[in-house]
Amino acid sequence: MTDSIDLVSDTDAETGKSGTRDPTPTPRVSGRPRVTGGTPNDANKVIIDFKDVDVYYGDFHAVDSVTVPVREKEITAFIGPSGCGKSTVLRSINRMNDLIESARVEGTITYHGVDLYAPGVDPVEVRRHIGMVFQKPNPFPKSIYENIAFGPKIAGFKGNMDDLVEESLLRAALWNEVKDRLTETALALSGGQQQRLCIARAIATSPDVLLMDEPASALDPIATLRIEDLMYELKQDYTIIIVTHNMQQAARVSDRTAFFSVDVNEGRRTGRLVEFTETAKIFTSPQQRETEDYITGRFG
Amino acid sequence: MTQPLTIEGLVGDRKRRRRERRVKSLFVLAGLVSIAISVAIVVSLAGEAWSFLSQVELSELFTVGWFPRRGLFDIPTLLIATTIIAGIGMIVAIPLGLGTASYLAEYATPRARRWLKPTIEVLAGIPSVVLGFWALTFISPEVVSRIFTSAKPFTMMAAGLGVGVLITPLVATVSEDAMRSVPRELREASYGLGADRATTVRRVVFPAALSGIVASMILALSRAIGETMIVFMAAGAVGGALRTWDPLDPGQTMTAAIASLATGSDQVAGEGLAFQSLFFVGLLLFLITLALNSVSNRFVRKYREQY
Ligand SMILES: Nc1ncnc2c1ncn2[C@@H]1O[C@H](COP(=O)(O)OP(=O)(O)OP(=O)(O)O)[C@@H](O)[C@H]1O
Ligand SMILES: [Mg+2]
Repeated sequence: MTDSIDLVSDTDAETGKSGTRDPTPTPRVSGRPRVTGGTPNDANKVIIDFKDVDVYYGDFHAVDSVTVPVREKEITAFIGPSGCGKSTVLRSINRMNDLIESARVEGTITYHGVDLYAPGVDPVEVRRHIGMVFQKPNPFPKSIYENIAFGPKIAGFKGNMDDLVEESLLRAALWNEVKDRLTETALALSGGQQQRLCIARAIATSPDVLLMDEPASALDPIATLRIEDLMYELKQDYTIIIVTHNMQQAARVSDRTAFFSVDVNEGRRTGRLVEFTETAKIFTSPQQRETEDYITGRFG
Repeated sequence: MTQPLTIEGLVGDRKRRRRERRVKSLFVLAGLVSIAISVAIVVSLAGEAWSFLSQVELSELFTVGWFPRRGLFDIPTLLIATTIIAGIGMIVAIPLGLGTASYLAEYATPRARRWLKPTIEVLAGIPSVVLGFWALTFISPEVVSRIFTSAKPFTMMAAGLGVGVLITPLVATVSEDAMRSVPRELREASYGLGADRATTVRRVVFPAALSGIVASMILALSRAIGETMIVFMAAGAVGGALRTWDPLDPGQTMTAAIASLATGSDQVAGEGLAFQSLFFVGLLLFLITLALNSVSNRFVRKYREQY
């Protein structure tokens, strides 16, 4: 935490904008969110690298020319107005878009230097390295235990499954709430518990990168905070990319932020990366007018 | 809106209300008629069946075969033949129907599905007399006789295979609906965890669609048990059949037994013990399909409640 505070004040000193930061933690309808988290470190290796990525659905150009380097053991946030292609970009990383027949990705996305779309790359293998948590909690209609064990089982996990289930639930801060009802259906859990279960399920396969598409959008503020705490925990071991509509959330948890916007052209909306930099910078001294408008709530 | 509202303003049109009452009583009448018809059928079935039972000894219902004109009323003959033929039909229809459903729901491109789905629906619409003829002229000589050289010319096997072809589209379409109504989110969860398609189908889609799939099978089974024409034409038993468990023998199901005796030209019609025996068989058939349908309804209800 000291790091992050240092970093934020550095940034402020640099840009001379320290006065613009709201000293009180009360959320506001508009105005700059307070940057509280974030420990970006340029020494962290780039693990996922977008270079001029375009995504199409049929002949609909959904996202234009995205270039973002995602660094290891950092939390990278994607923010932007609805329909600007955040989910589309996120889903192109673990090749979830392959499931949509019309979807097509151009440009290169590399993972540890390997082109994810090179011929011969198996999307199934990619998804074992790059896990995903979806916007809507989507537990299987199976028991809590089986939900967690699903991924390891299909990956041929040979160790002690009970231990793995416990460990995953512990890391997702859910163990205490469910330890006595592991064999009960996961559908009986509350929305927030279900989402933490989905996180536990994703980390049970020990992926390297975790993609989270608005993981807290269906949750109350307390459940949201728990998930944010959890992300902070997970950051020690994982690289996380999170899509969020919640500016405060991006400011609270992420190290770097990519801001997307959408251009309307003859009725067709094409998403575009406006700005990508350290979270502290984007919220205190955005380089683009559009970013400034969006984060201060003056957007559209 | 400026005038104050009085009670008259809310009473509405007398004529409209009278019309509504008339329409409602019309519908009630239609409902009552169909209930009355059903009750009449059950009552006449039960009455004649009872009359048959009171004229025969219990031991006469267990002999060597079903030859009602000669006074041999071996009910097990019919039950066994029904079981064998429906069983063969299910053995064909379950893998074929589920395979088709999985392909359509999970693997087929939208283009392939646009062609295949209507084709299968057409298949489901083939009149069973056509399939019966096909079973008689193709399945019997070209399939059964070639594979089982010891088989009689006309066999329950041929009829069973024909029934299988008949009910496959039913299994396929109902199961496919069940599989397609499994939410996309569950599939995504599975793929997102690194499952391939086969694993996703087997471990996520199938279990989630299970009650719908089971319902499709029960529906198919009840259709197979009730199927008459194919069995009548292709199973090779004319006047009656001996009790046998061998599918390569001719056989007569409950439905075929009724059909082969109760044709309009037949002298039996209208009188005698042989004729009354058919009501008893009919009642049995009715009870069996009723039981199957209510089991299937229960499954369908459960399946609606899921996820
Ligand atoms: N399967 C699809 N087929 C065709 N177009 C799609 C598909 N999925 C998304 N799109 C389009 O792509 C664009 C980007 O959608 P996307 O879901 O990535 O936006 P988003 O930024 O995640 O929005 P939100 O914040 O509302 O989730 C939208 O115009 C959307 O209509
Ligand atoms: Mg989205």
